[in-house]
Amino acid sequence: MIKLPFAFGRLVSWRPGRWLAVIAGCFALLFLIVPIAVLIVRAISTGAWREMPDVGIVQAVLLSLITTLITTVITLLFGTPLAYLFARRQFPLRRTLNLLLELPIVLPPAVAGLALLVTFGRRGALGDVLALFGVSLPFTTAAVVVAQTFVSAPFYIRSAQVGFAGVPREIEDAARVDGAAGWAVLRYVTLPLASRALAAGLVLSWARALGEFGATILFAGSLQGRTQTMPLLIYNVLERNLDAAIWAGVILVGMALLALLVSQRLRGEDIPG
Amino acid sequence: MKSKLFAALLLMVMAVSGSPAAAQDHHELTVFAAASLTDAFSEIGDAFSIANPDVSVIFNFGGSSTLAAQLGQGAPADLFASANVSQMQAAEDAGRISGTEVTFATNRLVLIVPADNPANILSLHDLATPGIKLVLAAPAVPVRDYTDAMLDKLAADPYYGADYRAAVLANLVSEEDNVRQVTAKVALGEADAGIVYRSDVTRDIADEVIALAIADDLNTVATYPIAITDDASEPEAAQAFVDFVLADAGQDILVKWGLTSIRIPDCTANASADASADAPADATAEALPSATCQPDLLAIATPAA
Repeated sequence: MIKLPFAFGRLVSWRPGRWLAVIAGCFALLFLIVPIAVLIVRAISTGAWREMPDVGIVQAVLLSLITTLITTVITLLFGTPLAYLFARRQFPLRRTLNLLLELPIVLPPAVAGLALLVTFGRRGALGDVLALFGVSLPFTTAAVVVAQTFVSAPFYIRSAQVGFAGVPREIEDAARVDGAAGWAVLRYVTLPLASRALAAGLVLSWARALGEFGATILFAGSLQGRTQTMPLLIYNVLERNLDAAIWAGVILVGMALLALLVSQRLRGEDIPG
Repeated sequence: MKSKLFAALLLMVMAVSGSPAAAQDHHELTVFAAASLTDAFSEIGDAFSIANPDVSVIFNFGGSSTLAAQLGQGAPADLFASANVSQMQAAEDAGRISGTEVTFATNRLVLIVPADNPANILSLHDLATPGIKLVLAAPAVPVRDYTDAMLDKLAADPYYGADYRAAVLANLVSEEDNVRQVTAKVALGEADAGIVYRSDVTRDIADEVIALAIADDLNTVATYPIAITDDASEPEAAQAFVDFVLADAGQDILVKWGLTSIRIPDCTANASADASADAPADATAEALPSATCQPDLLAIATPAA
């Protein structure tokens, strides 16, 4: 161990140490806030909104909204039962499976795209099976949805699990004692009590799907009106028309901010005024 | 615990701040180069570093349009090698090019299909067949400009017909950010066809794609200019690198990787037959316009506009 000439540890609890913390905190705050602010200021000052239709922003916004809507519905339909099972049932390998389920949250999207390509691509593991049904996923809008669902669904599933786990068993048991059948308990007790967590998770996973880039560009490619969502448009148009890219960025900032606000409200984490 | 952490941080800071003194006589040359130059320039960089042991070359490969945009936003670089004149012009318009740009190589378009050719594409004419999956580079990427020019030329030819261009573009399924992404999508077998440079059909993917040569009268010759940036941190090393690219050593490597030398005429045209055996796929090795061989190097310097 290194022996120190004097105790550094005291510095932090010492008064100047507190100032140091404030200064470091300010740097962190500025670092996180200033770039977004600059983006918005620049968008307004250049008045580039006139460029928007030319480069297909409208099409990209529509495509983003439609694909993320489908993604969200699929996530809700298939993710909810899964989250319920993981929250309420014990079965072998539950912890391991849960870990694998959450992996896409921390996985680099490029890896997700590559994995989807070698699985669902034309020459992928399931490519021949899909071809039997006349389906070829890459370069289609469906591929965009697949990529978005793969990376965003785990956000919802995790949140929904927490929500289901937070519903007191006693209330469900009480409902059963009162004669409610299994389905009725779920419908009138469990789901309503977990609904805030479900909705908050759904909004977050929607936001993640909206921002999906890496997996989409690898698996679905980039074509205006078919696979070019907002993030792909920004990447594509950046070199031709920076102002238009900035405007598309501002639209996404707005949508993300909205999602965050809604999600915070639903969780009851109202921002202290 | 806190004090140990603090000490570790302090040591790290000292270690980081202490290092630059040792690297004073070592130069780092940053080169922004078109994606299609990836293999050729990597090898030129190695050869250059062997000839100049005190210089190490760092490359940033990407679509020329991406690189020009990065330069426009102030990305630090010593050299810019573009796959066309207009992206060099874009960097110049952004005030990032100070010196004279020099053309150092040319390239040609080829049509590539996966080795198993699922859509049975045998010629440019087949690109208009409805339902095939065609991948091109995005607008503003040089290879796309060259491709568009070629499509215009073809549409003017009665054999292809005026509707040809629209029919081909209707088959477009993806617009990639640089030419190497187009090559990758075809090599992966996801796309049925793509249009790339001859030099993109490297030995790494020669088994995965078939390159169909495009006749000279329909082809577009891609011109590659290189120039030193306005704020090069290593202007002398940058000039030495440009000289190296223009010299026989650099030109030979470019030819080896499927580009065309600017030596007029290309004296390695004969040698390119055996060079192409280990570099680009054989199908792309076209005969160069015949002319008498003058071994002297003639750099075509175009003054900055």
